[in-house]
Amino acid sequence: MASEAIKGAKVLMVGAGGIGCELLKTLALSGFRDIHIIDMDTIEVSNLNRQFLFRQSHVGQSKAKVARDAVLKFRPHINIKPYHANVKDPEFNVDFFKQFNVVLNGLDNLDARRHVNRLCLAADVPLVESGTTGFLGQVTVHVKGKTECYECQPKPAPKTYPVCTITSTPSKFVHCIVWAKDLLFAKLFGDKNQDNDLNVRSSDAASSSENVEDVFVRRNDEDIEQYGKKIFDHVFGYNIELALSNEETWKNRNRPKPIYSKDILSDELAQPNGNVDKKCAFDDEFSVSAMASLGMKNPQDIWSLKENSRIFLEALRLFFTHRGKDVGNLTFDKDDQLAVEFVTAAANIRAASFGIPPYSLFEAKGIAGNIVHAVATTNAVIAGLIVIETIKVLQNDIKSYRMTYCLEHPSRKMLLMPVEPFEPNKSCYVCSETPLSLEINTKRAKLKDFVEKIVKAKLGMNLPLIMNSSNLLYEAGDVEDDMVAIYSANLEKVLAELPSPVTGGTMLTVEDMQQEFVCNVNIKHREEFDEEKEPDSMVLSGWTQHVSAPENKDKPAANNGASTSGASVPAAESDEISIVSPTKKRKLTDVPNAPGNEARNHQDELQVIDDEDDLVMLEGNMEGFKKRKLS
Amino acid sequence: MDGDGEELTAQETALYDRQIRVWGADAQRRLSKAHVLVYGMKGTIAEFCKNIVLAGVGSLTLIDDRIASEEAFSSNFLIPPDENVYGGKTLAQLCCDSLKDFNPMVRVSVQKGDLSSFDVEFFNNFDVVVVSSCSLPAKKLANEKCRKISKRVAFYTVDCRDSCGEIFVDLQDYKYSKKKLEETIECHLRYPSFEEALSVPWKELPRKTSKLYFAMRVIEKFEEAEGRSAGEVSVADLPGVLKLKKELCAVQSLNESHVPDTLLERLVTSTLEFPPVCAIIGGILGQEVIKAISGKGDPLKNFFFFDAFDGKGIIENISNSNA
Ligand SMILES: [Zn+2]
Repeated sequence: MASEAIKGAKVLMVGAGGIGCELLKTLALSGFRDIHIIDMDTIEVSNLNRQFLFRQSHVGQSKAKVARDAVLKFRPHINIKPYHANVKDPEFNVDFFKQFNVVLNGLDNLDARRHVNRLCLAADVPLVESGTTGFLGQVTVHVKGKTECYECQPKPAPKTYPVCTITSTPSKFVHCIVWAKDLLFAKLFGDKNQDNDLNVRSSDAASSSENVEDVFVRRNDEDIEQYGKKIFDHVFGYNIELALSNEETWKNRNRPKPIYSKDILSDELAQPNGNVDKKCAFDDEFSVSAMASLGMKNPQDIWSLKENSRIFLEALRLFFTHRGKDVGNLTFDKDDQLAVEFVTAAANIRAASFGIPPYSLFEAKGIAGNIVHAVATTNAVIAGLIVIETIKVLQNDIKSYRMTYCLEHPSRKMLLMPVEPFEPNKSCYVCSETPLSLEINTKRAKLKDFVEKIVKAKLGMNLPLIMNSSNLLYEAGDVEDDMVAIYSANLEKVLAELPSPVTGGTMLTVEDMQQEFVCNVNIKHREEFDEEKEPDSMVLSGWTQHVSAPENKDKPAANNGASTSGASVPAAESDEISIVSPTKKRKLTDVPNAPGNEARNHQDELQVIDDEDDLVMLEGNMEGFKKRKLS
Repeated sequence: MDGDGEELTAQETALYDRQIRVWGADAQRRLSKAHVLVYGMKGTIAEFCKNIVLAGVGSLTLIDDRIASEEAFSSNFLIPPDENVYGGKTLAQLCCDSLKDFNPMVRVSVQKGDLSSFDVEFFNNFDVVVVSSCSLPAKKLANEKCRKISKRVAFYTVDCRDSCGEIFVDLQDYKYSKKKLEETIECHLRYPSFEEALSVPWKELPRKTSKLYFAMRVIEKFEEAEGRSAGEVSVADLPGVLKLKKELCAVQSLNESHVPDTLLERLVTSTLEFPPVCAIIGGILGQEVIKAISGKGDPLKNFFFFDAFDGKGIIENISNSNA
């Protein structure tokens, strides 16, 4: 009986955000009595429009804990155990996962989803996975050996932009945002030791790099006004002039126009600065705002070039006068008002240079922060679907498992479209044991590069261990003292010069102890790589995470994730998903060598479950057609 | 368009940030001026109310004079399960107390009285009317009253039984525009009233019409004929319900296989709402009401069905001119 299965079940929820709040409520109402919930986040104002268990007075508190207290008010006698922690913390190991009958994900990022997928596979606990963005959502069921795992299918790749588009030839507003955020903001307020392409391309024509460095460093006694204008004139004026001098670039493009502060703000040059500041007292450093200081209120307004220039200079000034101790170690944060103001203004001024229409701060913030559109209703629907699948999983009703898409526009009269889950992908490097292969220059690439760019960034490992046959090359986490020195020395060595050399033909074993996940990587030596197309100077294949991202209809760059090229937009902040269009064929186009993959291409047409009694359905394997009746 | 030019406050922009990114500041302004009436405070309506209060409608008025009992909170998270708290209070009052907390910018209030007792003038105070858990004649009557008002009042009925749910939508004459690629298309939908929709002969409906549509009509008719209130059926009524189904299918010349006995059995056996279905139906209904108020997006016409057994959420167009 369903009610018995529910009463006796112990479930783990990962995420107490948009989906999580709805899910915890629906689980409690449905009769679940033992729910554990992990979330590392604290409550923010922008959560309150949909995360209905939270109130204004809870802002700043743990989501997991507040969600528990709120649900206990209408279901006082059930057990809800909150963890204000990161699901990737070592305490949540395979043994921890094994105590649950099912794991329910309401996560907001790919990294954590992959981590939970691996733990569920290792612990052999079913996983119900979900995601929403705007009116779209999906729920999938992953049961080891029965259905595909979360990583069996390729996920849309994060959108990346060629470095030269960002540094020299922007054509869309998002290019200007990336420039303002990842190059200019990082250069002025971030870690000075980080590589930064800000001047690399735009100053190809002339100017030694030392000269350029000087411009960005504020001298001890330098007047902040003078400094701000110097920066302004350098990046929007001088750099554009330099770029223009490279005639080749502009043969088939519109020439940008240099912008200098004196031309824009001519009537204000005489005015002494600081007059505005006295009127404006800020409560704390995060309420420091150039808009407030200049008396501008509406974030939906589109500013003129002059307004953008004033915001730019004022925001820059405020960083040095009010947030001086942060300067040098800031990274862009969409919740940092002053940072958003600075980036919006800088992007708009650059856009003006290149003849690109300006955006409001509200829109620019969405693009820069990669804010995912979110509404309460979709989360509520998805939570309901998760509970329905969870009950099937608890009853081991495998035939009834469905993945369900929540659509914005009906397809075959359906707004909620159930589809049969796929069988595991036989060439999945996570849930099968198929080795990967890596092209890399073993005489130039260091072990460190391999760990950062492949093991962590692509394979999603948290605490990796790397072995060359039986020789341990590297291990993260708690390591004996004498090994620490050896491992850090190894990280700095090129692959071919390691104590047990890694060359073409070597098979490396990479393992994550926490995820209890092992995979093998065949090394192929290659001399040259294309700097633009292969910025990592490595090519991993047999790895299914890189399919081109579908264009977002309304806001082209709003839902794109991180890249490895330095100039990039980071992963989305909340409830991010990848919707694979349910009306189209799903293909694994990027894994040509994977055995068994060909069969999938032909077979894996998403098959809608239709209740007409005579419907023929495709089974997702090579056995061909099976006729099946559904009631 | 009165007052459309007013700007959202900084507080509103901060609170509604993520949803403004979905439907725009214009739609948010229209939401904040809309007045919504709901009748019948069960689990599905509770979900719906939560959704539109969070979305930021102007006001929400609740009607349900029934006194709270243990059954009331089985699928309604707005009612505290402590008898010392709920004892003696009406469902509307208890839900109102909880909903007020969700969003201080929305006015939530209670109206006493029975749905049938309100006149046209009363309905004129609202832009959206949603009724649930009431008899067939009461639904038709409320719908007719809304249609007598010169401005358009969007009318909805919603019900969940066992793991099935149904939504009916009447937007009367509904015009809206949508962007397709670069151009803006004007759309015009004509909705039948609840009575008109129900009078469409069953044999004229497409063969694939959701079985739930017919099953809900059979139960509705049964309750009306027996003088029961909505949901007041049990497994003991199954023989009577099956008999009525036979009669209706005969009159309507519909093959009986379109109204499976097993489905009817489910609908009469378990009259409690199934919370996941409340969340799903309450979510879809919330979305439809937001569409109708904001004028953004294609509204569904004119029935929506969900059955947890097959997991499908289906739109059916049941109107005389199936055009
Ligand atoms: Zn897999």
